Amino acid sequence: MKLLVNGREREVDAPSDMPLLWVLRDVLGYTGTKFGCGMAQCGACTVHLDGKAVRACSTPVAAVGSRAVTTIEGLSSDGSHPVQRAWAEVDVVQCGYCQPGQIMTAAALLTTNPKPTDADIDAALSGNICRCGAYQRIRAAVHRAAELKGGA
Amino acid sequence: MRLILISSLVLAGCSHSEGPAPATPVPMAAAAAPASAQAPLAAFETVRAVLQDPRCQNCHPAIDQPLQTDQGFVHAMNVQRGPTGHGLPGAECSACHGKANAPDSYGPHQPPGVATDWHLPPPEMKMVFVGRSSRELCEQLKDPQRNGHKDMAGLLQHVSSDPLVLWGWSPGFGRRPVSVPHAEFVAAFKRWSDAGAPCPQ
Amino acid sequence: MRAISRRELLAASGTGLIIAFVIPGRAEALLAGPARKPKPLPSPNAFLRIGTDDTVTVLLSHSEMGQGIWTTLPLLVAEELGCDWSKIRVEHAPAHPAYAHTGFGMQMTGGSTSTWSEYDRYRTVGALARELLVRAAAEEWKTDAAKLRVENGYVIGGSRRASFGQLAEHARALPAPTKVNLKPPEKWTSIGKPVRRLDSPEKITGRAVFGIDVQFPGLRTALVSRSPVFGGTLRSFDATEARKVPGVEQVVQVPSGVAVIATNAWSARLGRAALKTDWDLGSFAGMDTEKMRAEALALSRTDGAVAVSKGNVEASLGKGAKRLEADYEVPYLAHAPMEPLNCTVKREGDRCDVWIGTQFQTMDQQVVAQVLGLKPEQVNIHTTFLGGGFGRRATPVSDFAREAAEVTKAAGVPVKVMWTRDDDIRGGYYRPAYHHRVEAALDGKGRPVAWKHTVVGQSILAGTPFEAMMVKNGIDETSIEGINDSAYLAGVAARRVTLHSPRRPIPVLWWRSVGNSHTAFVVESMLDELAHAAGKDPLAFRLEMLKRSPRHAKVLKTAAENAGWGRAPAPGRARGLALHESFGSIVAQVAEVSIEPERDIRVHRVVCAVDCGQPINPLGIEAQIQGGIAFGLAAALHSQLTFREGRVEQSNFHDYQVLRIDEMPTVEVHIIKSGAKMGGIGEPGTPPIAPAVGNAVFALTGKRLRTLPFRLA
Repeated sequence: MKLLVNGREREVDAPSDMPLLWVLRDVLGYTGTKFGCGMAQCGACTVHLDGKAVRACSTPVAAVGSRAVTTIEGLSSDGSHPVQRAWAEVDVVQCGYCQPGQIMTAAALLTTNPKPTDADIDAALSGNICRCGAYQRIRAAVHRAAELKGGA
Repeated sequence: MRLILISSLVLAGCSHSEGPAPATPVPMAAAAAPASAQAPLAAFETVRAVLQDPRCQNCHPAIDQPLQTDQGFVHAMNVQRGPTGHGLPGAECSACHGKANAPDSYGPHQPPGVATDWHLPPPEMKMVFVGRSSRELCEQLKDPQRNGHKDMAGLLQHVSSDPLVLWGWSPGFGRRPVSVPHAEFVAAFKRWSDAGAPCPQ
Repeated sequence: MRAISRRELLAASGTGLIIAFVIPGRAEALLAGPARKPKPLPSPNAFLRIGTDDTVTVLLSHSEMGQGIWTTLPLLVAEELGCDWSKIRVEHAPAHPAYAHTGFGMQMTGGSTSTWSEYDRYRTVGALARELLVRAAAEEWKTDAAKLRVENGYVIGGSRRASFGQLAEHARALPAPTKVNLKPPEKWTSIGKPVRRLDSPEKITGRAVFGIDVQFPGLRTALVSRSPVFGGTLRSFDATEARKVPGVEQVVQVPSGVAVIATNAWSARLGRAALKTDWDLGSFAGMDTEKMRAEALALSRTDGAVAVSKGNVEASLGKGAKRLEADYEVPYLAHAPMEPLNCTVKREGDRCDVWIGTQFQTMDQQVVAQVLGLKPEQVNIHTTFLGGGFGRRATPVSDFAREAAEVTKAAGVPVKVMWTRDDDIRGGYYRPAYHHRVEAALDGKGRPVAWKHTVVGQSILAGTPFEAMMVKNGIDETSIEGINDSAYLAGVAARRVTLHSPRRPIPVLWWRSVGNSHTAFVVESMLDELAHAAGKDPLAFRLEMLKRSPRHAKVLKTAAENAGWGRAPAPGRARGLALHESFGSIVAQVAEVSIEPERDIRVHRVVCAVDCGQPINPLGIEAQIQGGIAFGLAAALHSQLTFREGRVEQSNFHDYQVLRIDEMPTVEVHIIKSGAKMGGIGEPGTPPIAPAVGNAVFALTGKRLRTLPFRLA
């Protein structure tokens, strides 16, 4: 089957019920998308399908269809996306494992809601678990990303 | 902890409504009435049991958050109804709920999916099932201003064939379906509506 | 491919620019400290390499698991070296005795020790390198080294300047100085100032390689089917259906269970689901949480091994004007790091390579060598980034490295053994459950005069290689730390602390803050009970007890003042406070809570004061405190493991709940520069949060919560 990943059309040889997560990681080598729970509980596997945040671990690859898949590797080639810049500025990361998922959700949030409140941020990102507890800086960084986006 | 049981929701509901707690079968006020009058009310009781089955009422909550599981916990992850019933930006229902249930091979506790998109009723028409008495539920169901602008024929079609309704009987691996069989539910609905859709008093 | 380590990438980059500048042999003695004999170093052989391209590569003797050591150790080097911060590169060191912990003698990360234990070593590395670079420049320019200065990666003398890279090869050939002078604190330019993390760029782009991301041609992925009950043994298995799953290549038995080996993780998962296993579940199959709790309760009424005995506690309890008794309980807990455990092992003849996010390199190296019949030095440990550790990646028995070595040995191919979240929640190595029984008495003036404390819970150290060394007279100190050494209790004239360590087959382990994760909860909650029983303000009551501990008193006052203690909080809210010393640092927290119908306890704000001695990077300290609070709050509000018929009932984040962003309070951190000996910071933020919240709930509702996680109803 064909899959459009980060702007590139890829021919994928995988069973149709394989979760998109494992197609991305084990078949295509996009290891930035993480495995955390396998049941859409933790958000570590969050990617964009046509710009919307989706958990790749519980999405069969066949369900993707013609929608464009964007992974953390495709958000920007060099960490220059406003969310990524804000994340670096605010010094968000700790172990960093959940951060690709956090960043993808935050980016999707800002696409629809360019000036989110704390409550909007909490609502958008409550599906993304961070065991290191970087939440307070995640909130700050989403606000900062909104500024960077607005100013860009 | 963020989880509250349905029972506490029900209690909360009771504090500003006079109806009996609906989680338990509602005593038939019409018990002494003639059998002909009882039949449609018994049929409605079947309808009520379905509407207030966790598979159905979890997405017809009294609060602006969906519920989960047979216990009716408030949906984890701070999920919100949002402006259209489809969640909030970044946490739309579609972030986890796809166009179909996950294959059985994915195991239990997978987010269920449906072709017509997982969602709650919109905020301007919440169609609350949770905590409603039989009578309240019945009157709401018949009122086009509160039931999604449907007439009886529309409602019958909705309960017969809407994919989101039908999902309640094929809820995915490891999840208990609605207790009343779908055909029985539709038949009861039809009996009740054919009898003029009377409401329990 | 991703599996190539950064080191190999550097070597293979083909630019020819990178030439190792290493600390010469004679300097090793200086670095290794007086107690240990220096052993030959592998190549590249030290803590620092300066490339001819001016890059300064710092090799970490500790693992980066979120605590920020990737930034802190380079910061210590840079302070003395005077390099260009933008030219810093960082790598995890290989497993080698040279990188042994300066205090513990093995290569490891844990106990909130990385920064203070490396404070001298990494600064010395920087100073040594600077001295050599300056000498090299002095020789080239035929001038006096004393006339030269170092600035931002250059040695400068008058109008002449040379970059570190230009001097690297010359410096390499020089004999090492036998003594270096470290900068006095007043000359520091970096230490103590906020510095952003060096690992952000790779972690925000998905380039950072965690153990689970290791891939190379020929690598297979395995999932292991383990006994559903701890202590169970495999009777038989039938792999017929498992082998039919496309992608499944082998099914092999290993000591821990049956491994399904496939070309990818998903096939391995499907294969494992199709595997039929028959287990002899063993005696623990009859055990459940209620039974264990009842056993612990009964034991708590009897005297255990004596850890502390001062004065006549029974007599003092009898004489007190007021006597309080209470039982406190905490459950088993999983660490649940976001990256599920994994380990990749590849063997080729006498060489073995292991990729692992580990806190215990030395153990892993020895265990893998033992399983494969190799010498430890034939096992190359490549430490990847750790997707969280919290203690789980520091097992004295190297459980997941051992298992991966066993699977690779049985399969004969390179294998990555991966755990699913279910495996993680159900697979063991938990914070033990504990029951605490406390009896205390106040004198006529409301001062505590007697404290009798009985602790019941599994020993973390029992049965490990550390037991002989660390368990003394039946006392595993990790079970009672925070009680026996409490600054509060030091002033209580009659006190007795005893310990029961029942043996159970449940594998247990240190969990962020170890014993302090429960002892702080009990001591600080009980003190609060006493304060209220004495009719005193909880802050005043504590300060009275801390009269001889001015550091502690200052920390508590700082937190209280900044939280507005004594002034009424917003309507519907109340404050609670707690102070606890652990890992050499003192932390006080004031939590402000309310009760909300749909959330039960909501923690709005936590004001925290910290005395960790000399702060190195305030940004790192704040992050660790915030994180420690989030970790402790998850346990205070949500997380618990329960057993039914020997099986763990929880399996994933839907029923083993942790903290999400909507429950994260605003955390305010006040760092006190006491000038005291440096303490740790990774763990001390965790212990005070549960009692601070519990005490606030009492202030708000009058209800004393003595069991974690908190339940109002």
